[in-house]
Amino acid sequence: MATMNILVAVCFVYVAFLFFVAFAAERAARQGRSGWLRSPMVYTLSLSIYCTAWTFYGAVGYAARSGMEYLTIYIGPTLVMIGWWWGLRKLVRIGRTQRVTSIADLISSRYGKSNLLAIGVTVLAVIGTTPYIALQLQSVTLSFSVFADAADKSGGMTDMDSTALLVAMGLALFTILFGTRNLDVNERHHGVVIAIAVEAIVKLFALLAVGAFVVWGVVGGVGEMMARIDASDIGHWQMRGDRWASLIFLSAAAFLCLPRMFQVMVVENDDEGHLRTASWAFPAYLMVMSLFVVPIAVTGLDLLPEGSNPDLFVLTLPLAMGKEGLAMLSFIGGFSSATSMVIVAALALSTMVSNHIVMPIWLSVTGGGASVSGDVRNVVITSRRFSIAGVVVLGYLYFRVSGGGTALASIGLVSFAGVAQLLPVLLGGVFWRGATRTGAFVGLSVGFVVWTYSLLLPSFGPDAVLSTQILDQGPFGWSWLRPQAFFGIEGLDPLVHAILWSISLNGLSFVLASMVGFPTPLERLQGAQFVNVYEHSTTPQSWSGNAAQSEDLMIMSQRILGAREAQTLFEREAKRQGVSGYLPDTTPDFLQALERALSGSVGTATAHAMIGQIVGGASVSVEDLLAVADETAQMMEYSSRLEAKSDEQARTARQLRQANEKLQQISVQKDAFLSQVSHELRTPMTSIRAFSEILRDSERLSESEQVKYASIIHDEALRLTRLLDDLLDLSVLENGQVNLNIQSGQLGRLLDHAIASALTGSGAEGFVIHRDSVLEAVRLTTDLDRLSQVFINLISNAQKYCDADVPELAIRVSPRDDRIVIDFVDNGSGISKEDQAVIFEKFARVGAMRAGGAGLGLAICREIMARLGGSVSYLPGQGGAAFRVILPTSQAMAAQ
Amino acid sequence: MSERRSPLFLERQSYRGRRLVDFLRILPLLGGLLWAVPLLWPTGEESTVTTSEAIIYIFGVWLFMVLASAAVSFFLRRSGLSVERKDG
Repeated sequence: MATMNILVAVCFVYVAFLFFVAFAAERAARQGRSGWLRSPMVYTLSLSIYCTAWTFYGAVGYAARSGMEYLTIYIGPTLVMIGWWWGLRKLVRIGRTQRVTSIADLISSRYGKSNLLAIGVTVLAVIGTTPYIALQLQSVTLSFSVFADAADKSGGMTDMDSTALLVAMGLALFTILFGTRNLDVNERHHGVVIAIAVEAIVKLFALLAVGAFVVWGVVGGVGEMMARIDASDIGHWQMRGDRWASLIFLSAAAFLCLPRMFQVMVVENDDEGHLRTASWAFPAYLMVMSLFVVPIAVTGLDLLPEGSNPDLFVLTLPLAMGKEGLAMLSFIGGFSSATSMVIVAALALSTMVSNHIVMPIWLSVTGGGASVSGDVRNVVITSRRFSIAGVVVLGYLYFRVSGGGTALASIGLVSFAGVAQLLPVLLGGVFWRGATRTGAFVGLSVGFVVWTYSLLLPSFGPDAVLSTQILDQGPFGWSWLRPQAFFGIEGLDPLVHAILWSISLNGLSFVLASMVGFPTPLERLQGAQFVNVYEHSTTPQSWSGNAAQSEDLMIMSQRILGAREAQTLFEREAKRQGVSGYLPDTTPDFLQALERALSGSVGTATAHAMIGQIVGGASVSVEDLLAVADETAQMMEYSSRLEAKSDEQARTARQLRQANEKLQQISVQKDAFLSQVSHELRTPMTSIRAFSEILRDSERLSESEQVKYASIIHDEALRLTRLLDDLLDLSVLENGQVNLNIQSGQLGRLLDHAIASALTGSGAEGFVIHRDSVLEAVRLTTDLDRLSQVFINLISNAQKYCDADVPELAIRVSPRDDRIVIDFVDNGSGISKEDQAVIFEKFARVGAMRAGGAGLGLAICREIMARLGGSVSYLPGQGGAAFRVILPTSQAMAAQ
Repeated sequence: MSERRSPLFLERQSYRGRRLVDFLRILPLLGGLLWAVPLLWPTGEESTVTTSEAIIYIFGVWLFMVLASAAVSFFLRRSGLSVERKDG
């Protein structure tokens, strides 16, 4: 029987297909064609990772054992989605305004950016999710084994552990590839989301196909089916009311708190309007998913031999009917549900582990937070990759150690109850201003302990962790502390008992501890921003950051965000403030924006700490406290109007100040220019006159002397000509009368030529130039001679002014949209901030006139680049003097 | 950005929009109530409610919830109430 081989082949093809889909989506997003990737339907489908293999296989088993109770697991989320106006809308808004990266980040951010709290949430999430990942691996291996059993007669048995290991490795690889491609979580994971949306369709289709086959193919119609259901063991309504109600509550809570649900629902959301569609489409999805569960269960109980595992009916039923194609489809459906859950769960958990556990440790070990050397960005990505692998490995180990549990559903519910412990803290943080960090700590700890003691440990079975004696009589014989009957209240279902006590004690202690304690200003501020998110989503939490150095901040953010993103951010902020260049003033607004951008990469708490290190501590301004204390509508409106006005005035003042400074500098330069020109003209003139007089008046000059004097005159005349040429060139360029000679050529070859011309005969031995010939292989269509003039100027400047012992120059080329960016970075001490403003002016020379140029070079460069439709500017924060040349690649240039 | 002082009377369209949101708020409570009805049913072997009846009732409520929610979301979009905020 070739089924097993076909199965493996189908699996590989399916996985390859997923890779392809994810890859294509990433590609489309990179090319800016991401519109359809972000439709409300894709969002809705991505929510379907709620339906894991537990739903796909387990729901039927659940129904076969306990009748209609399985529906509670889907009714809870349905109510949450339908009630989106109450809760989800607010969560999503908060997630977007605060740039939240995970549920741990949200909670830590709400409670004063406390990292300890984030660690607690992360640990809870990992403990709650690991069994669940194990469950998915188990379901895949079990479904494999069904086919293997069928193929057993021909000896096609495979090793189950190696199947699980293979699956785990594949999933980790997928998640690492598409989950850690970009660092900023706000860029979102298009590939992953599209892949899980596709998987959502696959699993729905598979389950519907099996269901339709059972109802119309096996039983013969709806009426007949209903009759069979009523005649079966689960034909009568049998339900424990307490379980019905508390399971609906539990699944609703878990739906909000599960890290993977939070990831797709809040973090990956990029349009609140999508919730509106998901509010009906997702309940519809759940309804359809659970529609055929009872029919399949009843038919399976009827037709399959006694003792077959009901968790696998979805698979064994078609197989028993000889429909191998359908069984294959159903296998792929189950595989989809398992893989999509593991991928997103690993992604969400790894973000939490890396941001809240690995990064803080790494920062404290390396000793200096933001001021450490090296690329923090790589560290974050690496730690995230390792965390993904770690989470999946943990799931695999759990699977190995537990040896594959009995009923799938029971692990699922224990896990649900674990993450549901986050609910009081989450809801309290979002709706109640009085919730404090201490309260959150106490509540979470109490909930965690009660859950562990009353549900998790007993779930391993009697005598596994807790002895039968403790279960029956309580620890130390204290019967009021029996794990499944607190305070002697017996007769409750153990699950209901655990949910009831853990959630209520958790909530109660959270509220009480919050009311007793007193929050720090930062907590109160965050509390106000979270609870009143609709009113002041834009009110920043303030930095008093006048002491901060923008250049330091830039160096730090380049390491975290990457050079390009950081430069774009700084440039945009500078423009918003009305300052030219790359260094905005460190206003509270700017620091706030920067912190949000950084928190997308390293989490709120870390970003706050890093900026705090440079700025010298956060402080809450009086205005902020006022905003918290007094929020009457008039007050807010009045102050905001004032604020806007004063912002505008500050901006205007800044611009005026800048303009004034520049004018003064230019006037000084003009005077200097005139005296400079006279001086420059006069020096050669003097020597020309002197030597020509000697030649004229002296009779007895030897041949060699004559030659010497004549050549001095010649040299000086040349110098004069050069100076006049430069001046003329500049004035032609400035008046826009220049004719461009457009040609095509290779950038690399142009640079070769420029370097050769700049360095010949200048005594430039030992001047090292770093280049990357691959990136330089770009074709340009522009005035190559003029461009080469700019390059020669920049290179010879670097060679002349670089004051390092071993001078080096790096030429970096990077294509960017429709432009090419060429950076010339040397390793000298750079140019001081005052000089940066004037180096492009005429006759501006940096420091002492060591190299003795006329100071026209950069002015000419600037004019040339303007004519070519590009620009040349100074790039601060690169460790040395750095100039950036930007050139359009397209033909559309300033056609003069 | 800050809360403007609410006018006493609203235009017809905004008025409709707000009532729509009221309905939206009530919907989950209604769903919770309807799905709590099974708690009243007799249970066990001698139960008079068969599973097929239970299926019809529960899925009927479900379908109603989906349709009602879809209708609200459709009218909500038309009313132009500002729900969404793009990244900016």
